[in-house]
Amino acid sequence: MHDIRIVPSRDIHDAILDHYRELSFSLDLRLQDMFRRDLAIETEPGAQEILEDMLKNAVIAEEQNIPPCQDTGTQVFFIEIGNLVHISGDHLESVINEAVAEATEMLYLRRSIVCDPLYDRVNSGDNTPAVIHTRIVPGSEILIHMGQKGGGAENMSRLIMLKPDATPSDIIELVVETVVAAGGKSCPPIILGIGLGGNFESCASLAKRALFRELGESHPLPEYARLEQEILLRLNETGIGPQGLGGNCTALAVHLETAPCHIASLPLAINIQCHSHRHLSFRI
Amino acid sequence: MRTHTIELPFTPEIISNLARGDKVILNGALFTARDAAHKRMLEYHERGEDLPLVLRETCIFYCGPSPTPPGRSCGAIGPTTSSRMDGASLILLKSGLLAMLGKGERSPEVENLIRKAGAVYLTCSGGVAALMSQYVVSCETFAWEDLGPEAIYRLVVKGFPAYVSIV
Repeated sequence: MHDIRIVPSRDIHDAILDHYRELSFSLDLRLQDMFRRDLAIETEPGAQEILEDMLKNAVIAEEQNIPPCQDTGTQVFFIEIGNLVHISGDHLESVINEAVAEATEMLYLRRSIVCDPLYDRVNSGDNTPAVIHTRIVPGSEILIHMGQKGGGAENMSRLIMLKPDATPSDIIELVVETVVAAGGKSCPPIILGIGLGGNFESCASLAKRALFRELGESHPLPEYARLEQEILLRLNETGIGPQGLGGNCTALAVHLETAPCHIASLPLAINIQCHSHRHLSFRI
Repeated sequence: MRTHTIELPFTPEIISNLARGDKVILNGALFTARDAAHKRMLEYHERGEDLPLVLRETCIFYCGPSPTPPGRSCGAIGPTTSSRMDGASLILLKSGLLAMLGKGERSPEVENLIRKAGAVYLTCSGGVAALMSQYVVSCETFAWEDLGPEAIYRLVVKGFPAYVSIV
């Protein structure tokens, strides 16, 4: 018999709130290293200036507690809960939303959520509800991935239901086409989350989850790691460049996640992340 | 490419000196308006009511700022995607609007009308909103406070950098 670990939902609330300042104002150091790497590669003076601005922006955001982008995003959570964990107290989703509302107030985040998508687009006033995905995994820990996803790049994302005979080059072409169509609107240089396989909804979820991978880390299978590299190379040959104003640096990283799928299908989801990639992960 | 320092608002004379790709350094007042404010401007227009803005003297900035923390002049400031406002811009340009500031391309219809109307469309860097906030002297709600981040804010800027995209 395994021991059940009891985690009060209040502890989860507090841990999320504790991480909110870092999530909102501190850009990933790996991301900043990628800006520097691209600055060294970039030859266009305009593109260089934008990359320099992105580095300055990261410093100012961190030092002055100002969001690096005015769009402080949809609050996204992927939560993996060990099967031996029992969450006591209030309902998990309600404490997460409580933390989101408190962080919005405390950190002066922009209120970016409307309550109804079509008929009554009234602002919810506190960034709730967050988008929360939970999954039960083996173990006795809770792993929390949290992110702030801006609307501009999200709007240029795509889900395509391919036929099973689609080839790796078909996939590369569709991804390139999507990023080219997005142009400057998705605030390049981008990070690309790609879902391949699963079904309609799980494929989209894979693409989003791919964005929470450690930045620049490859798919564990060599053929998919190569596909990621090929896509990255092709994206950087498009000439879109930082902010879509021309240059060699269009994408910083491509993260592809795969899942088994139906004999009739090959779903492909492309989730574009702008360069203001705000994400972090921690365990409880 | 030339650099122009501009005291807002734009006038037809100022615009006639600009060329695509020129850099502009803006001083003065910008007025934010994004999706919800544009929807409301069109509702006013349909009803024949006066807008809170004088379009001819306004540079509309497609921006929803983050709230101003205490002791600061503004929150994070940056452009949103302009093309979402294309439909509304056609009407506003016909009603006298002379200047817009945002991010990304415009539709061919908007582009043509900007040229025909002697107006200008500027772009500035997206996703560097902490840096851009350093050029903002003040940020006050100007109209339609109920729209929250989508209200019209009056931003007084000093040395705010942008580029001429369509003229």
